[in-house]
Amino acid sequence: MTSSAPANAEVAAYAIRLGDDALILSHRLSEWSAHAPQIEEDIALSNIALDLLGQARTLLTYGGSYSGRSEDDLAYLREERQFTNLQLTEIENGNFAVTMIRQLLFSCYQHELYRDLESSRDAQLAAIAAKAVKEVAYHVEHASTWIIRLGDGTELSHDRAQAALETVWPYSHEMFADDELARRIADLGVGPLPSGLRPAWLGSVQDVLTEATLTLPDDDWKPTGGRKGLHTEGFGYLLAEMQHLHRSHPGAQW
Amino acid sequence: MSTPPTPLWEVFVRPARGTNHVHVGSLHAADATLALQNARDLYTRRNEGVSIWVVRSVDITASSPEEKDSFFEPSADKPYRHPTFYTIPEGVEHL
Repeated sequence: MTSSAPANAEVAAYAIRLGDDALILSHRLSEWSAHAPQIEEDIALSNIALDLLGQARTLLTYGGSYSGRSEDDLAYLREERQFTNLQLTEIENGNFAVTMIRQLLFSCYQHELYRDLESSRDAQLAAIAAKAVKEVAYHVEHASTWIIRLGDGTELSHDRAQAALETVWPYSHEMFADDELARRIADLGVGPLPSGLRPAWLGSVQDVLTEATLTLPDDDWKPTGGRKGLHTEGFGYLLAEMQHLHRSHPGAQW
Repeated sequence: MSTPPTPLWEVFVRPARGTNHVHVGSLHAADATLALQNARDLYTRRNEGVSIWVVRSVDITASSPEEKDSFFEPSADKPYRHPTFYTIPEGVEHL
């Protein structure tokens, strides 16, 4: 990439946290390869994983350029506590309903985020968002289609979709938590304040859930910490699988 | 898993504006919307198309291999049906 490095450390850290979200969810989705309910869906999930990986690469390359770190340095050589992804993106795949609910909640958020970032004062982030927003629009479409069919399908599929929603919902709150960095980024005109994205997000999600005959869970438990490097129990195993090749064979080339 | 297989669909992709939809393969999907999404993911992931049709395979009436002789052979010895017996006037470019 020929573009210039981020203007300051805050923008770099912001690009890296968005890159971490995309990278970690991409890895989770890739775990479905050869395990999806049908071969058609197997490829659909891989496509989404690859879209997210592409976003992760540009975001991490950009964020890392501020401190002279490559995308590989960031993806493969950081420890668990140095990853700043949302916990939502790392929670385990569970059954197909859990994966699809997680995708719906995250993709709707990402869609609002990228649409806003298209007018960012940071030209590089604006360009990345403009390209990615079309991909994400399809991810929303894909997840919505499935959630409507699972929720409004058989009694079994409805119960599983509702249970999946109860499992994943608490993790959605972290997407809209305004921490110090998020507020600074908003002040700089680089990115939106996360809390400001929630009304539109909730509207889109609610529309799908209503059509799927699913009930919005209560907002009680709100786990957070991903942005500060605190992660769920399964995250270490994810990193071990994602990083072991690069760490075992430093500099390995395809 | 004892789930019955979902219906089979035939996929037609139009590679570019102004060209015809061409049959590219088939896939399984529960309904038309999912069939279209699956077709998008399976058959246009390398920028192959600008438009997709999906048709339930059971809705296609196909000619039977047993009727091949009566269906197709009679036209084999009728070259006069090809428009090759006309002389093309000089200077006609777009014919």
